[in-house]
Amino acid sequence: MNGEPLVRWDWLFAHLGPIADRVVQHLYLAAIAVGIGFAISFALAALSIRRRRLFPLISILATGVYAIPSFALFAALVAVTGLSVLTAEIPLVLYTLVLFVPNIVAGFDAVPGDVLEAADGLGYTAGERWWRVELPLAVPLVVAGLRLATVSTIGLVTVSAILGNSLGGLGYYILDGYHRHFTTEILVGGLLSIGLAALADLGCVLLQRLLTPWAAARVAVR
Amino acid sequence: MTKRYDAASGMPGAVNDLSFEVPAGAICVLVGPSGCGKTTSLKMVNRLIEPSAGQILLDGVDVGTENVTALRRRIGYVIQQVGLFPHLTVERNVAVVPGLVGWSRERQRTRSRDLLSMVGLDPDRYADRYPSQLSGGERQRVGVARALAADPSLMLMDEPFAAVDPIVRERLQDEFLRVQRQLAKTILFVTHDVDEAIKMGDLIAVLEDGGRLAQFGPPDEILARPASEFVARFVGQDRGLKRLSLRTVADLKVEPIGHADELPAFLSSTTLRDALSILLAADTRGGIALDEAGLPRGLVTVDAIASALADDAQIDTART
Repeated sequence: MNGEPLVRWDWLFAHLGPIADRVVQHLYLAAIAVGIGFAISFALAALSIRRRRLFPLISILATGVYAIPSFALFAALVAVTGLSVLTAEIPLVLYTLVLFVPNIVAGFDAVPGDVLEAADGLGYTAGERWWRVELPLAVPLVVAGLRLATVSTIGLVTVSAILGNSLGGLGYYILDGYHRHFTTEILVGGLLSIGLAALADLGCVLLQRLLTPWAAARVAVR
Repeated sequence: MTKRYDAASGMPGAVNDLSFEVPAGAICVLVGPSGCGKTTSLKMVNRLIEPSAGQILLDGVDVGTENVTALRRRIGYVIQQVGLFPHLTVERNVAVVPGLVGWSRERQRTRSRDLLSMVGLDPDRYADRYPSQLSGGERQRVGVARALAADPSLMLMDEPFAAVDPIVRERLQDEFLRVQRQLAKTILFVTHDVDEAIKMGDLIAVLEDGGRLAQFGPPDEILARPASEFVARFVGQDRGLKRLSLRTVADLKVEPIGHADELPAFLSSTTLRDALSILLAADTRGGIALDEAGLPRGLVTVDAIASALADDAQIDTART
């Protein structure tokens, strides 16, 4: 730090290529985790809705997993799956469950009973009712879960940097900067990660607007 | 259409050995205290609830033998909470059943807009709104339009106007009766409100606890000759007055007007109940009955109104 400026712009401009690669890797690691996490969560939520008694159990398990420090979970998995993408993705996927499952369940629970009765009475088949009524009406809360999971995962990807230089996304710069006492690198890694999370969140909001124009109308009128 | 069922008794909403027949084009109102099985009976028609015994014949065919989805699509269904789809515009809400049975988009659109006009909603103003942007009365209108969309021969209406305030309810009832005069649907209508039953029904089925049929007949007959203590209590002490509300000044025999005081005048469409009320309030010897053209037809007196029921009762008795 002695005499060193806070940000070494020359370093930054010399490394634009590798930084861009790390951004791509960051997004890629996060997207896989959110995608797989969403799929697993949707199955668990569907199970929770059908078998209501399983919901508390599933919730406790998801919360329990979330309570494990990410640092410890990554480290523990190295013994099983080595320094691989799989080791990075397993914790990231597991951490999304506690954010997705309750929101998906709440989304389907929020579909009004009179709407379902009307759908049945008008002659929707079970499949038509699910695709055309229940799923669209669950979207606002499902997307709320997606926002949480996306923002949380983008932050957590940085921790996977402890698995080696080939992983970690922007976390690589945070860890490398820490080892080398190089503030510029830490700032680049940290700020870009925050920026990605903010952009992804904005993307989710836009997605929600696109999928649920009716929900916006509710706010807009009166 | 005949319905016979016999569901497990004992629980509220049970229906026991209920059997009656509704002619095509008539409004049949199921009325009774809460828990008497009116809604259960209605839901057995479109098989939202399956009867434990017995059968319901729709145009001579047992509904139990029909594909349940196809059955529901050809029966209109309106419920108290309306159950509009919040994510669809008013136009799309009305067109859901035509959509399910595969009409073209253009035909759905035309049908939807026609129906909105019919229920008194300007399609240009309402078609693109979402249900959250409507008042309670507007939602009910859309609910009725939606039930009519695929032109069902039978409509099931479960307390369709119960959730709105009395003024809106009366307007919706009047407008529905106007629409029904054009469409002549066969309608099963559930309500707990005796006045609504009398107003809407060509036939009334009074149900008592346990889903037993206490009486079945036209409103005037139920008011004139309740079949049991239960029916008499249920229709109320004022059943005489309620009978007057079924008749209008046009039905009344009138006396010569004689000397012309300042007397109240009654349109031919005024109910005898209202006419009596006005005469009592004005404390006059009578009022002027106007004919369809609005010209004085004769004198209406309290005595004439009172004897109107007596005359009818004699005719009714003679008939039976």
